[in-house]
Amino acid sequence: MPEITYVEAVRDALRDEMRRDERVIVMGEDVGVKGGVFGATSGLFQEFGEERVIDSPLAEAAIVGVAIGCALAGLRPVAEIQFLDFIPPAMDQLISEAAKIRYRSNNDWSCPMVVRAPCGGGVHVHGALYHSQMLEALFAHVPGLKVVLPSNPYDAKGLLLAALRDPDPVCFFEHKGLYRSMRQEVPDGEYLVPIGKGQIVRPGRDISCFTYGATVHEVLTAAERLSRDEIEVEVVDLRTVRPLDRELIVESASRTGKVLIAHEANLAVGVGAEVAALVAEECFQALDGPVMRIGGPEIPAIPFAESLAEVYCLGPKKIETKLRELAAY
Amino acid sequence: MAVTESAPVGAAGLTRDRLRAMYRDMLLGRLLDQRVLVLNRQGRAPFAISGQGHEATQVGVGYALRRDYDWIIPYYRDITWVMVMGMEPRDQLLAALAKAEDPNSGARQMPAHYSSRRHNIVTGGSPVATQILHAVGVALAFKYRKEDRVVVVSVGEGGTSEGDWHEGLNWAAIHRLPVIFLVENNSFAISVPQSLQMAVEHVADRAAGYGMPGQWVDGGDVLAVYRVASEAVERARRGGGPTLIEAACVRLQSHSSDDDQRRYRSAEDLEEMRRHDPLERFRADLESSSILADGEADQIRQECQGLIDQAQKEADLAPVPEPGSALRYVYGEG
Repeated sequence: MPEITYVEAVRDALRDEMRRDERVIVMGEDVGVKGGVFGATSGLFQEFGEERVIDSPLAEAAIVGVAIGCALAGLRPVAEIQFLDFIPPAMDQLISEAAKIRYRSNNDWSCPMVVRAPCGGGVHVHGALYHSQMLEALFAHVPGLKVVLPSNPYDAKGLLLAALRDPDPVCFFEHKGLYRSMRQEVPDGEYLVPIGKGQIVRPGRDISCFTYGATVHEVLTAAERLSRDEIEVEVVDLRTVRPLDRELIVESASRTGKVLIAHEANLAVGVGAEVAALVAEECFQALDGPVMRIGGPEIPAIPFAESLAEVYCLGPKKIETKLRELAAY
Repeated sequence: MAVTESAPVGAAGLTRDRLRAMYRDMLLGRLLDQRVLVLNRQGRAPFAISGQGHEATQVGVGYALRRDYDWIIPYYRDITWVMVMGMEPRDQLLAALAKAEDPNSGARQMPAHYSSRRHNIVTGGSPVATQILHAVGVALAFKYRKEDRVVVVSVGEGGTSEGDWHEGLNWAAIHRLPVIFLVENNSFAISVPQSLQMAVEHVADRAAGYGMPGQWVDGGDVLAVYRVASEAVERARRGGGPTLIEAACVRLQSHSSDDDQRRYRSAEDLEEMRRHDPLERFRADLESSSILADGEADQIRQECQGLIDQAQKEADLAPVPEPGSALRYVYGEG
């Protein structure tokens, strides 16, 4: 199996599905000749032509709204928003339209589409306030949407193929810090990673740490450090934040009795709050300590200067400290 | 912007039967609209929104399209149009009375959110002008599949202030898509007059800014609308791209059952507007040109009332939605 990067996995999934299903088309800013600002659609314009790989006007509501129209008319559109930070103009189309089309028509119409967007930042993934936000909680609140945040190339390809075949709108958010930072063996052919299913990426008996996206790797580093002291952290990559894999969360939390939720997005009213509530409701008798969370502080997003970015970002050190606090409880 | 002059009945190139059918469809829409308002005043329909005064525009456009082939994305005043495209009085009375069999939404949405996949009538929400972008996407799909279908999307003149309006017209013109933007301009967005929505006299003037033809038409003249719409449809069908049609309508009723336009429109204004009732105008034209014989209009009215009475009986007896069904169809269940 070839070792490929995350962004290559995204590109491969798009290319493979476009070869298989001519209903799949791609639209967004710079997705055509240039192949996307991160190269996620690289080569698609050359292979499939301007009718299937459409350089849109600079208008986010239109990218999503036109994609909705395509879906209503039987296509399988992929709308790329250049940075997740630029999706707010399309929120009306996503929340008021895409998410409600099936429900409001009593199953007469549906809206099978994928909205892809790079997201996230880091101390060395410069992006500042408007090129680094993690906004998944805004979408995870909305019934009718599915929200996926793969943490590695294998999942990125398998989940994107699943999203492209899903009968409903899927928000597919790709952490750009992952795009080229790791390589992984990814099968050439077709395989699906199911939406709505998490995965235990490191088994452990003492603490369950629920996380997703780029933070998975920071948690894994922290978990290795605790392992030296014989504290074994189970790392669960949620992969999908709507719908949550409730079964896996409850099973893991009940087994370890201690829970930390870690995400890069702002902590308050984030995905972690929902996971914490689920654990509190379903696993109360099994808990040996308070359900803890770690996430972004109460500032709008990651500031530009490295010294300021460090205040926002988690990193293995902060996660390790939190895990030790929980382990000692 | 081009302006279409009104034409005499005989010049429209339509058969007598077709002209009578147009009148019948306008009248059916009017009477059904009135019935829904009555049900509201009786406390039986929780909410109603009227399209009275827009019938000529809706029938004129509807007759220019191929039913069950072309697509439409209507807005909330299009009760007459959706029936031209194949829906029935029963469908709208089921919606008004919030019954389970309402084909528009299964009584999940407020009435007047018209939808029927069977008839290529696309579901819409309540935010204004979001549907403009959907029409562009639908047209893009037609062009991609090399189908000669056309999609018509409607909106009020107030909706043209939204960003989605601009983004949609721009995209459609760039790619010369087979979409027609129909603005049913009745001069008021709830209480706000057109002069506070735009600084231009005609919405159709804006078409030039997007690089597409713009056509103003008297929306009270069903045959003029039919002619303008037919030209736009033919242009779109043969790959000539989008058209903006502005049809000047009158809003004979208030915005909705929760509004009273006497609070913001003068008695003189309302009186003047009523003199432009498109239904009366078309009836007079048809009678003076002997397309309708003496008493024929009354006969058509009785037929329409009979249809509506029967539809209401059926809607009255239809079951309300089963409570558990509220949780279904958030996602696909197949």
